Amino acid sequence: MSAVPENLSYTAEHEWLLIDGDVATVGITQFAADALGDIVYVALPSVGDSIKPGAVVGEVESTKSVGEIFAPTAGEVLEANQVVVDAPDTVNADPYGNGWLIKIRFSELPELLDATAYQALIQE
Amino acid sequence: MSGTHTPLHAVHVAAGATFTDFAGYDMPVRYSSDLEEHHSVRTAAGIFDLSHMAEIDVSGPQAAQFLDYALSNRLSAMEMLQAKYSLLLSPSGGVVDDLIVYRFGAEHFLIVANASNREVAFSELLARSADFDVEVRDDSDAWALIAVQGPISREVMMASSITPDSPLEDLRYYRFITGEFQGQPIAIARTGYTGEDGYEVFVPAAHASEVWADLEAVGMPLGLVRCGLACRDTLRLEAGMPLYGHELGLDHSPAQAGLARAVDHTKDDFVGAGMTPVGPTSSRVLVGLVGEGKRAPRAGYAVLSSEGEPIGEVTSGALSPTLGYPVAMAYIDSDHATPRHSLLVDVRGSHLSVSVQELPFYSRKKVA
Repeated sequence: MSAVPENLSYTAEHEWLLIDGDVATVGITQFAADALGDIVYVALPSVGDSIKPGAVVGEVESTKSVGEIFAPTAGEVLEANQVVVDAPDTVNADPYGNGWLIKIRFSELPELLDATAYQALIQE
Repeated sequence: MSGTHTPLHAVHVAAGATFTDFAGYDMPVRYSSDLEEHHSVRTAAGIFDLSHMAEIDVSGPQAAQFLDYALSNRLSAMEMLQAKYSLLLSPSGGVVDDLIVYRFGAEHFLIVANASNREVAFSELLARSADFDVEVRDDSDAWALIAVQGPISREVMMASSITPDSPLEDLRYYRFITGEFQGQPIAIARTGYTGEDGYEVFVPAAHASEVWADLEAVGMPLGLVRCGLACRDTLRLEAGMPLYGHELGLDHSPAQAGLARAVDHTKDDFVGAGMTPVGPTSSRVLVGLVGEGKRAPRAGYAVLSSEGEPIGEVTSGALSPTLGYPVAMAYIDSDHATPRHSLLVDVRGSHLSVSVQELPFYSRKKVA
């Protein structure tokens, strides 16, 4: 079973957020990456895009299936990680590190899960 | 999630497999990486647990005549120890299941059916056997089925403790031989679903884990890799092989699916003879589609003409691990089904350019 880092927040859509001031770095969890299998294609929103919570803002595709990336908060896209676009398998190899997807400047955060609650969710 | 377990379940758990539900069975979807497993089958060999598949035993004085009536082709013409791809047709000419029939004797056949169709295939066969002197028995739980597929599969088999009754070197494609493993009766078929050379080994369920362990022990040093269902799907897709529920079903005829060769219209009488399913998709035919880039058409996506008019639907698709570009199979209107014809696929709202290509997308160099 994959470890769930304590310092991150999580959504029920298997995304993680690293909150730093009003900027959230967003990625998908190890659990989500493992469920997809080898990721071969990542599409991300453009820098400057304004996003609405729950909207589909990108996708992560494996040989087996397609996963959508949902905006976890409202805000503006500050950065999109070109590393995962060029080398999608980075998401499998390092989902909480180099495999991050986007950085968002947000105004307010929705309710998020902590590591314990997310761990409980994926063990269901 | 806890489904039915194959006799090899504990082996997969110990190997660290990720599981998925497939037709009610808890099956390994992968052990490590789908792509690595896929490439291993193309370049070395992979070992697969196919014990979820159904085995239906048919025996009796009229077994051959019964199968000629119940199935699509002329099974009575099969030689002993031959395997044959066949279809179980509905009375209206659709496909209830696709099968491989193995002839063990003049009056004895074993049919391998899809796991998802175990009940329907068995009950259809049983119902169709009423007027024949034949016994039809669901033997699925008695057999484990282990596949070894890939260019070095023969080397792996020959290094194992499996003892065939005749030399494995002489076993031809779509033939099988009986044999034994530590005193247990087994059968080794040169069949598969990956587009590679390979074998499928029928083992009594109680001895499956010993055979698997032996194949791993001798095979892994040679390059054998444990393989899950995820790579099995991309392998068969590249090889242009249909999957029931995707390319095959009650609403398409064998001819539409490109399987006319599996139907023998010279037979006197058989279920589904001369019938074609009638419906909105009856003018469509199965084709291959290839695209560029990395996004793949997926099952259920609409296929459009270059003018944007809906003309069909994707049945299976993936970024081909071997070829590096997206490949898909789709049913499309026959007037668009010419090779190199340009079409579009609606990939979640954006249009992906594809062109029609003859199947298969990938074929190995033929061996003897």
